[in-house]
Amino acid sequence: MKDILKAIGNVFIKMPQGFLVTLKYFFKKPVTLDYPRKKKPMVPRYRGKHYLERYDDGTERCVCCGLCAAACPADAIYMEPEETEKGERKAKVYEINLLRCIFCGFCEEACPEEAIFLGQEYEFSADARNKFLWTKQDMLVPHPRKDNPFKRILRRVRKVYGTPEATR
Amino acid sequence: MLEMILISSAKVIAVILAVLTGCAYATYMERKVVAYMQHRIGPSYAGPYGLLQPLADAVKLAFKEDIVPDGVERITYAIAPIASFVPAMLIFAVVPFSSDFTFFGYDIPGVISDLNIGVLYVLAMTSLGIYGIVLAGWSSPSKYSLMGGIRSSAQMISYEISYGLSIVGILIIGNSLSLTDIVSQQASESWLFFGNWYIVKQPLGFLLYLVCAIAETNRAPFDLPEAESELVGGYHTEYSSMRFSMFFIAEYAYMIGVATVGTTLFLGGWNGPFLPPIVWFVIKVFMFMFFYIWLRATFPRFRYDQLMQFGWKVLFPLALLNTMGTAAWVVLFG
Repeated sequence: MKDILKAIGNVFIKMPQGFLVTLKYFFKKPVTLDYPRKKKPMVPRYRGKHYLERYDDGTERCVCCGLCAAACPADAIYMEPEETEKGERKAKVYEINLLRCIFCGFCEEACPEEAIFLGQEYEFSADARNKFLWTKQDMLVPHPRKDNPFKRILRRVRKVYGTPEATR
Repeated sequence: MLEMILISSAKVIAVILAVLTGCAYATYMERKVVAYMQHRIGPSYAGPYGLLQPLADAVKLAFKEDIVPDGVERITYAIAPIASFVPAMLIFAVVPFSSDFTFFGYDIPGVISDLNIGVLYVLAMTSLGIYGIVLAGWSSPSKYSLMGGIRSSAQMISYEISYGLSIVGILIIGNSLSLTDIVSQQASESWLFFGNWYIVKQPLGFLLYLVCAIAETNRAPFDLPEAESELVGGYHTEYSSMRFSMFFIAEYAYMIGVATVGTTLFLGGWNGPFLPPIVWFVIKVFMFMFFYIWLRATFPRFRYDQLMQFGWKVLFPLALLNTMGTAAWVVLFG
């Protein structure tokens, strides 16, 4: 008799409860991201692919001082300097080896010219090892830039690292 | 005479096409619904919302190599998919899908064949489906297939009894074996349009039908014949290409079959207010199918001994009780 009551309880109380659980999830929005078609917006401080900034007139900010290479704990940065017509210092070769880079962001902290930043892009798979060696051309921001996706990050970096009141 | 033949063939073709499309989209619906219930999104690449997924699956299956493993019993191996597919499609011959309608001046009955023993015919066809599964399990040189076949024969025979008995209540009240008669008995003119449906008069019978139908069609949580985690694919492990897809279509056709029969017997068939009869019929079948998929997403699979115990010690006595209760009611008050 007790078993029968329990079975009836199961059928009329416990089983509908179970059905309600699945029905509840049926009407919830799935958390799945439709990945290759939709990309996840990264957080502002995400450290992705490096990019080299320019001044507003298009000249490169990087003066090839070598501080980023010195700061790099993975020794991933290689650079060679050269002189422009105006007699300014700039980088002739600027390479980052992605296979060595650990995306720690020390280079952007070390940079006195605010030239190198870690961006938002995180898709850099390749089918050959030498494709992971990024040259200056791969990283330089295009000069007449269509939009400015990095402006927000730039401002954030200035606030945190650039101005004296923020560092204290 | 010629007109009759033409009308009948047109109806047969229409129903077969509808059922096959229904099977294809039942797989889509199942994948989508189960996905959403598991917080996923399901197929979404082929066409908008993945709507062309069944088509892509069909093309994929059709172009696959038809592998016949070494050591099969060739004749039974070849017959098995057909033996499970054909009875599944035959169920729809007696299901009234609409009221009688007029089409270009011809009066067309909304059923392919108004068999006066329709219910028996349906029971026979659902039982015949077991042969496909048993033969597939027997002819494949694989212990998984054999286990699946044996399990399914035991399971389907056990649940067959309760399945049949759950309908007997209706037969006692309705006094007819014709599905068309049973539908017309459930028509109601009053505002309470579901008042005459047999689900109201036979709630226990309906519950039993629901459970036994799921077990009959080898669906989760009674899908022991093809329990993936223990038997690989069960009886269709050794099948590939179109033969495999025949089993698959057969399974879904059975699902739709018992859904339509359940709709006809318990949910008033095509009866309903405002909307055209065929729409009501489709809505009810759809609800039935949704329940099936919902059930699959909700409950885990039975253990084999639990399954047998449940079939013989719970469902069978309840079905007997329901039959005897209905009979006593009809004798005393009817």
